[in-house]
Amino acid sequence: MGKQTSLYQRHVSAGARIVDFGGWDMPLHYGSQIDEHHAVRNKAGVFDVSHMTVVDVTGSGSRDWLRKLLSNDVDRLTTPGKGLYSCMLNPAGGIIDDLIVYWQGGAAYRVVVNAATRDADLGWMEKQAADFDVELNERIDLSMLAVQGPQARIIAAPLLPAELGEAALTLGSFVSVEKDQVFVARTGYTGEDGWEILLPADAADVLWDDLIGAGVQPCGLGARDTLRLEAGLNLYGQDMTMSTSPLESNLSWTIAWEPVERDFIGRHALVGQRNAGLQSRLVGLVLDGRGVMRAGQRVATDAGEGQITSGGFSPTLQCSIALARLPLAAGRHCDVEIRNKLNPARVVPPSFVKQGQIKIESGES
Amino acid sequence: MSEVPDNFLYTKDHEWLDLDDDGVVTVGISDHAQEALGELVFVEAPQAGVIFANGDACAVVESVKAASDIYCPITGEITEVNAALEDEPELVNSSPYEAGWVFRIRPDDVTALNELMDAEAYETFLAELED
Repeated sequence: MGKQTSLYQRHVSAGARIVDFGGWDMPLHYGSQIDEHHAVRNKAGVFDVSHMTVVDVTGSGSRDWLRKLLSNDVDRLTTPGKGLYSCMLNPAGGIIDDLIVYWQGGAAYRVVVNAATRDADLGWMEKQAADFDVELNERIDLSMLAVQGPQARIIAAPLLPAELGEAALTLGSFVSVEKDQVFVARTGYTGEDGWEILLPADAADVLWDDLIGAGVQPCGLGARDTLRLEAGLNLYGQDMTMSTSPLESNLSWTIAWEPVERDFIGRHALVGQRNAGLQSRLVGLVLDGRGVMRAGQRVATDAGEGQITSGGFSPTLQCSIALARLPLAAGRHCDVEIRNKLNPARVVPPSFVKQGQIKIESGES
Repeated sequence: MSEVPDNFLYTKDHEWLDLDDDGVVTVGISDHAQEALGELVFVEAPQAGVIFANGDACAVVESVKAASDIYCPITGEITEVNAALEDEPELVNSSPYEAGWVFRIRPDDVTALNELMDAEAYETFLAELED
């Protein structure tokens, strides 16, 4: 038996199929992950993501430490509450994890990292903290709900404490607000509008029940994966790993090159990789015919071989889509090897669906 | 507990077989199998007229999770495939023993069906899997 979130019994009672995810017993779906997917695209869904790791950073050296640790620059956070998506790199430029860091004013930051990488992340962070005046405090006392979809905020707002609900409705993208231990950020992993809400574990069940009572669909990890794939959002461990850099992972935009004197971990390697010229890049694929692309499948292109990093069936597009790492010079067409047969696919920018809208052109391009 | 109709035969690969009066066998996957696979998004059925040997991979079902082969449960010639699955693969989930049948096959040797499990034996087999 794995670790369980504070909502585990709720999931079991709701008929969830439970699977292991990074050592946690998590809901895969509550009956139909396709229905859950559509609920998020069309209305609102809620995910229990309490398995994710929240680390509060304090101490006079926190800013300097984060500017060393992360490839994005926390100095871009100019108002308290603002959040920033970043990678944490090893010296070779490989991705240890991706994360969101929020500035909470003064020397206080909150970092949210992946569940499956918790141990490696914390070990790395503590090791790098040795020369800085920082204190890391893992918030295992908090639960995390992601409420996502075009109607998510409007349904969820009245269920939050009054003042917080009003404040949360005014948040811009990647901005958070916190009152009395309840933290609301306008972020997510679905390509839809919504919030990620951190709150004390003993208050999470009431909010969960209230959201479902208000018509929000409980959603499991299955829908979370198809939603993030349609949105072209990378999954750590598949689309990016310790042996790929942000430059090869469609994440160049997360690297803060300026100011040049900021010597973040991995910078030297990234500069070398940039100067030498990239060999590969992460792109989107749309399968022309029937069949389903899956992670690990081989991709043949006019510039050599590549590989699917994440693939599946898109409930919105009603065909198979994938993220793939292809040779840099690959053209707009490729062939994906599915069970020993080559299947034609189109190469597209890795963003298939965003805010309910299909982003790729249909048919031949 | 998954549904196991009395009148069918079953394989260890969780396929069901139903011998019709015309000597042709209808094949599908069991309720247990559809539940384990998850929602189907694509079925690649065999072509009518093709001959398969017992144990050959003859069809593929793709679910939201993974692709799985369907192994031909008996040697014979495919006579018909369920065309409805092309547009509605989810019929296998919603109606595994009726609307979600996959193909029909004319066995070379009908007595080979005697090797398969009846409903009671399959239920015992399922119970052992869950232990």
